[in-house]
Amino acid sequence: MTSSKSGTGLSRRQFLLVSLAAGGGMLIGFPITGRSQGAAAASPPSAFIRIDRAGRVTLILPYVEMGQGAYTSQAQILAEELEVALDSVSLEAAPAGQVYASPLLGEQITGGSISLRGAWVSMRTAGAAARMMLTEAAAKRWGVTADSCRAENGRVMHKASTRSLSYGELAEEAAGLPVPELPALKSPGAFRIVGKAEKRLDSPAKVDGTAKFGIDMRPEGVLHAMVQACPVFGGRLAALDTAPALRVKGVRQVVQIDDAVAVVADHTWAALKALRALEPKWDEGANSRLTTADMIAAADAALQREGLVALRVGDVAAAEASASRRFEAMYRMPMLAHAAMEPLSCTVKISDGRCDVWVGSQIVGRAQRVAAEAAGLPLEKVSIHNQYLGGGFGRRLETDYVSQAVLIAKQVKAPLKVTWSREEDMRHDYYRFHNHSLVNVAVDAAGQPTSWHHRVVAPNIMARWLPAYQKDNIDLDAVDAAHGPYDIPNVLVEFTRNEAPAGLTTGNWRGVGPTRNVFVVESAIDELAHAAGRDAIAYRKALISQAPRTLAVLARAERESGWGSPLPARSGRGVAVMSAFGSHLAFVAQVSVEGAGHVHVERLVCAVDTGIAVNPDIVRAQIEGGVIYGLSAVLHGKITVNRGRVLEGNFDTYQVVRMAEAPKIEVHIIESTEDPGGVGEPGTSGAIAAVANAVFAATGKRIRTLPIDHAQLRNT
Amino acid sequence: MAYSIRVNGETREVDVDGDTPMLWVLRDVCGLTGTKYGCGIAMCGACTIHVDGQARRACFTPVSSVDTAQIRTIETLHETPVGQALQRAWRELDVVQCGYCQSGQLMSAAALLAANPKPTDDDIDMVMSGNICRCGTYGRIRAGIHLAATYLAGGGGAT
Repeated sequence: MTSSKSGTGLSRRQFLLVSLAAGGGMLIGFPITGRSQGAAAASPPSAFIRIDRAGRVTLILPYVEMGQGAYTSQAQILAEELEVALDSVSLEAAPAGQVYASPLLGEQITGGSISLRGAWVSMRTAGAAARMMLTEAAAKRWGVTADSCRAENGRVMHKASTRSLSYGELAEEAAGLPVPELPALKSPGAFRIVGKAEKRLDSPAKVDGTAKFGIDMRPEGVLHAMVQACPVFGGRLAALDTAPALRVKGVRQVVQIDDAVAVVADHTWAALKALRALEPKWDEGANSRLTTADMIAAADAALQREGLVALRVGDVAAAEASASRRFEAMYRMPMLAHAAMEPLSCTVKISDGRCDVWVGSQIVGRAQRVAAEAAGLPLEKVSIHNQYLGGGFGRRLETDYVSQAVLIAKQVKAPLKVTWSREEDMRHDYYRFHNHSLVNVAVDAAGQPTSWHHRVVAPNIMARWLPAYQKDNIDLDAVDAAHGPYDIPNVLVEFTRNEAPAGLTTGNWRGVGPTRNVFVVESAIDELAHAAGRDAIAYRKALISQAPRTLAVLARAERESGWGSPLPARSGRGVAVMSAFGSHLAFVAQVSVEGAGHVHVERLVCAVDTGIAVNPDIVRAQIEGGVIYGLSAVLHGKITVNRGRVLEGNFDTYQVVRMAEAPKIEVHIIESTEDPGGVGEPGTSGAIAAVANAVFAATGKRIRTLPIDHAQLRNT
Repeated sequence: MAYSIRVNGETREVDVDGDTPMLWVLRDVCGLTGTKYGCGIAMCGACTIHVDGQARRACFTPVSSVDTAQIRTIETLHETPVGQALQRAWRELDVVQCGYCQSGQLMSAAALLAANPKPTDDDIDMVMSGNICRCGTYGRIRAGIHLAATYLAGGGGAT
């Protein structure tokens, strides 16, 4: 790509960089910015479209496919404006490189439901400009005006004659033409590919076993390693007798690094068996007595500390002073692991002064940097070959497993695949940390809230992970959606930072800030409605009358769920509404609670306004999946620490929702012509809150601590 | 010691300890990476294979136990009518998301359909609850199995 001719009159105001592609054809580079066409002009390209001489279109994207359907929906957007068939577009993941970093975030990230939102305007603009240039090239060749031609299905047609030329035949001429500055985009009414439930492009390879994930890499001569880090957070390797491992058949080598031991073998089982035979002596460090109770107590204590003001509207103190009633509640959310189905793995080949890394990563540029640092090589000597991700959920936004694999591979004279056991994956996560919240609401005589004060106790993940996403030392994700979509005249949102003990790593988890805050806000609002003697949906509607899109999804969910119709004893419905990630959603969960306290989620209805649903079936799938992820958290999710170690290690102790527990999920999409929002995260956020409220409706027991304690719901 | 095993219709000699699970024999020795590692303790189903047609968790199936049994993995699932029907239904309904668990889901579903050509929701839930999907594709898996059953019964223009 970089070898192609460039500098074809690129002006500072120009959005696209168009050139001849290496090997023939046309190459269009453009920045994915999430901003309007004009504002994007100064950014360097981070995505590329290649149209080769055969007319094949390749879209090189700085995003990865981790199940969210990005490759399909992004291709739909391009095909729409470029006027090609969807199946003529193929996708390539961009290699690591600063050029691919999101200008908004300064990193090459797939997460936060931003991919599609970022690409919406820029991808269409690039596609439309390329189509215009190809049309112009044909018009020139025929000596006619571009107006008399039209593009369709990868060809330019001259209307008055029967002449037509394929994009492949025109690509190189088009590459030399002036680039239109602000090409007109189609209006949503003219879309023929966007908005259609096109089939996922990655389905075929994922149903026949041919799709390659990071863990499937097998470079020539690869050896297999299993690794164990100090079971106590932050501990170090003190001493090791390697002999028991070396006696296992197939074992080649034992590698020691600062905080972990790895066994290298001909196959993974030999490595695992040998690893289990070892009895490393650990220097357990400062966390050797750490317990979950300690961390809950610390977060509770933090609730008493005034935080940084993230949002202040009106005068909360005055409203509280004149309130006819005050509501106060404390909410506690536990530590959670990601538990993606593919345990962490990274394959490394260090040879000839180069380092090749095969991995599934949500943050490719950072993976390249940490690999270079660990290998002691300059960045340009390190290549990241990104593969399909067997689930991300935020875990693969971290790069600890990449640097660790490189450190181990440096000591091995062969390409090396390092795989974490499930237990290692669960016990050395970047956890969703304990988040506690304190809510104070002033209520008037009619039961309406007049002020909302929410103190969020959470770590500042962004300080470490993405400093740009802070303001005045406030983690902006932690306080996202902290007062809900509600129209309350006086609002105070505080952020009280509470970090995990050093060595216990914390990070992003599906649904991020809103997953914590929607539970808090929707639980509190539900209590307020109940205290006011009002219907939970009617009460909310009155508070969002100025937010038509939120109101519309709530009304839709109310209707589709049969809200208000009778249910058997110990059954109930709960609602949650949210506006986040550029989308608006309402959820109604229906549960029944057994006499013994077990909660069955029987049905979950979601109405979503995500603007234009680029691929409605993928929108549905993302909501369905997000809901299931949230149900695992609300029904079971809890990581417990004792003596500085995580007790849960596998799916026997860290339970997740299985098919028998999965409710019927109905997703209703509101037709819209607004720009697309994100849908990967909010299903998780909303499901948790809706289920908690449904449990109250069924049992009269209010859930303020997650996960639901089934024992407390016993009908005694 | 060396074992002679029958995988996808071929005989393979593998020189590993007898306690080596089929999961790692398939992935690391035979290079058949379609069978996935998820938990190692038969709790997630990602490694499901067929041993003489029965669904088995490869992570809990030592190579010494398979003897002369016919092993089938996701790589040859399409050679069976049930497998074809399921893969077609999976594509039709776009069941997959990240896709990592789907080899195991399909292998479990294939064993179910082979034994029970017209399963109810409860039948499906019973068998398929051994397979975890963290992307949450359960509803589509259930629908996919029903759809494959109709293909096999001659509905929907089976190919």
